[in-house]
Amino acid sequence: MVAIASYGAYIPIYRLGRQEMAQAWGIPGVPGERSVANADEDSITMGIAAAFECMAGIDPASIDGVYFASTTPPYTEKQCASVVAGALDLRQDIFTADFTDSVRAASVAMRAAYDAIESGSAKSVLVVAADNRPAEPETMWEQLLGDGAAAFLLSKEGPATVRGFQSVTSEVIGPWRRSDDRYVRAFEPKLDTKYGYMVSMVAAAKALAEKESLGPKDISKGVFSAGDPRAHAVLGRQLGLEMPQLQDTGFLLLGNTGTPQVLMMLAAALDMAKAGDKLLVANYGDGADAFLVEVNDAFPTVAGKRPLQTYLMNKRMLPNYNAYASFRKLMDRDRYVPPSSPVTYWRDSKMELALYGSRCRKCGTVQYPPPRVCVECGTKDELDDVQLARKGTVFTFTLDHLVGGEYLSTPVPRIVIELEGGGRIFLQMTDCDPKEVSIGMPLELTLRRLHEGAGFHNYYWKCQPVRGG
Amino acid sequence: MPGIKDRVAIAGVGCTKFGEIWEKDQEDLLVEAVYEALDDAGITPQDIEAAWVGVMYSFTGMSGGTFAEPMKLFGKPVTRVENFCASGMDAFRNACFAVAAGVYDIVVACGVEKLLDQGSSGLPMEGGHPVMGGTSAPGMFALAATRAFHEWGWTKEDLAHVAVKNHKNGVAHPKAHFRRAITVDDVLKAPMIASPLGRFDCCAMSDGAAALVVTRPEIAKTMKHKDDYVVAKANALAVDSTFPMWRPGFNWLGFPATKKAAAMAYEEAGIKDPRKEISFAEVHDCFTITELLNMGDLGFVDPSKAAEAVRDGMTEVEGDIPVNPSGGLKCFGHPIGATGCRMLYEVTKQLQGRADGMQVKDPVLGMAHNLGGPASVCSVTILGRHD
Repeated sequence: MVAIASYGAYIPIYRLGRQEMAQAWGIPGVPGERSVANADEDSITMGIAAAFECMAGIDPASIDGVYFASTTPPYTEKQCASVVAGALDLRQDIFTADFTDSVRAASVAMRAAYDAIESGSAKSVLVVAADNRPAEPETMWEQLLGDGAAAFLLSKEGPATVRGFQSVTSEVIGPWRRSDDRYVRAFEPKLDTKYGYMVSMVAAAKALAEKESLGPKDISKGVFSAGDPRAHAVLGRQLGLEMPQLQDTGFLLLGNTGTPQVLMMLAAALDMAKAGDKLLVANYGDGADAFLVEVNDAFPTVAGKRPLQTYLMNKRMLPNYNAYASFRKLMDRDRYVPPSSPVTYWRDSKMELALYGSRCRKCGTVQYPPPRVCVECGTKDELDDVQLARKGTVFTFTLDHLVGGEYLSTPVPRIVIELEGGGRIFLQMTDCDPKEVSIGMPLELTLRRLHEGAGFHNYYWKCQPVRGG
Repeated sequence: MPGIKDRVAIAGVGCTKFGEIWEKDQEDLLVEAVYEALDDAGITPQDIEAAWVGVMYSFTGMSGGTFAEPMKLFGKPVTRVENFCASGMDAFRNACFAVAAGVYDIVVACGVEKLLDQGSSGLPMEGGHPVMGGTSAPGMFALAATRAFHEWGWTKEDLAHVAVKNHKNGVAHPKAHFRRAITVDDVLKAPMIASPLGRFDCCAMSDGAAALVVTRPEIAKTMKHKDDYVVAKANALAVDSTFPMWRPGFNWLGFPATKKAAAMAYEEAGIKDPRKEISFAEVHDCFTITELLNMGDLGFVDPSKAAEAVRDGMTEVEGDIPVNPSGGLKCFGHPIGATGCRMLYEVTKQLQGRADGMQVKDPVLGMAHNLGGPASVCSVTILGRHD
């Protein structure tokens, strides 16, 4: 048996209204808003944020594998899953893999995770999906797409079981990108909708329904990925489902998040599900996967864990298109690139990615970065590894306009943080209005992409006002 | 007997104009400062037996060649000294040890920095940890200001009074970068750099060089300034953590490096009540907040009352204990390697009654104080008249 032991989702804090985007270009706008990843976010950081929600209350040492699914992996040669494993402080004797090249990658990864557990090759596999797909400026794509992430922990036991994978493959040209294409491309959507989406999704879903002897009335929710809300509704009818049985795609408030979409929808569905519910999940992209989720028990509440709804409702509206363009790096800007080194990235990864500090055995002082000699009592080599808390308060701060030797009109908030459980750390604050920073303000830590020193992605921690707090 | 008290004399001093000296290079500045000091001492370059040169950045200089090359003095023992903003005074410190120990008779301690060759928006970035970053120089001290505002109720206006005082002094000094008076309003209206510090809370980016001829008192007695040479009463150095931002329990209300260096200097000089016994001080006012915190750390005033003391005029030239009669870093800028030597130049001339600008009345003991890095390195020198 394979089950969902836990799950989590993440939506960047920023939103841009579709009317603002339309006005920027003088093109028609559709209702709603879309989520926009901050300049320091990417599919790895968003995936890790979702993974932390999923892993709340779960021992990292129990994870045997990580599958990372995205069509916008920050690396095309170098694994993203290994970065996730580093940040989550997983064991080293695990398997990590990236799944990519199709927005269907999340369910492909789910199927592979299922197979791994079913076959006895693993006891627990973490599936992480994230996307921030590049939309061509001055097109509707900018309005339609959204950024987000989800993570699902599959295991031998859990409140909901997963089974019945049915897949079909299809060589129809839906939205695509070649390796050197900058933006998502698409042909006339009708072709892919009719011969790709409809054909594949119906085939996979019907095959599953037949195998599991499910009639339309047996299905509590159909969780179907969709690039197009109308096609989504037609698919529901084709499968004999009523509108209330269709899980909301999140299009109005989020946009089409691509790879993580179906898992974000599944997370939202599970948040509302009750014991006995059967969820038929189907996901499209160069074919389709369908699988059945059967809810047997309520998922346990974990203190501090935030459901997708919190991320949906807790947001900041970007004032205009320019902010989006800046985050998406649509305009070339000169940016200071600090020095860096693959050597220090590797050697310091425990303290940088997994945020390990030290506690002195003699005097108990929690300190960071981990030293050889205790900063408080001067004892040498009597320190234990301790993971720093991910929450704290502002002890002091400054809003610094001088960054990399240049004067910037928007300052970077630099915070001396008093961590819960002891220790001080000095981090930038992100996802905030600098004017809101004050001494004593509660914070949480978030992993972000800092810069491209030495030509690779330098990930490290920042802090942010507590999301939803 | 430990220490250098009364065993080191300054026989001559030199200092260039400080400022945005685009048209001169580092060789120009160093040669001018050193030659002015040699002239003041009445000696020639060949009389120099050894030299120490304070310099912060590697683009400004590496190795003793930083001094030897421009001076064309080859084959002498020359050491490049770097200790953040205390580099220049640390060059003097090393010179003191050499002459006090009798290893050399006549040496030069100098410092130079051609900061503007690397642009002028904040200190040049050199090295640093890939991700565990610090912050800008103003940012580091701004962290202390934010805390002082929170704990002691200090305000931007309190900080502004420091800048106004120093500018008033700088107007009189022919070698200062800035020689124009400013008002509290000017300071409050200036663009923000690193909150709560605005542009006029920060010393400017400047070029400059300064030099001292250092010897023993018995030799100084035979030189040009035989009647009014100045002697070292104390020199102290204290290095505290370079990571205060990660220091568990650090309260940011003053800096341990200054407290420690001051204690050592006062002990060496035999000073029990600095407020009464120190006639004046050139302190490290890289930022207005720093001058206020220095006052407490140096024992001039109860730390939380420093802002009030400035408002009351305690540190004006006519006040109880003049601070930065030259105009300070605020008016001279801070070519890092040069600053410590410039302060010693100033303190020497004040004691000799021949200050270039504002003259402190009848000084007996003068202090020079530098605080570098994230307030990690502090050097304190106390000079006095030899009589």
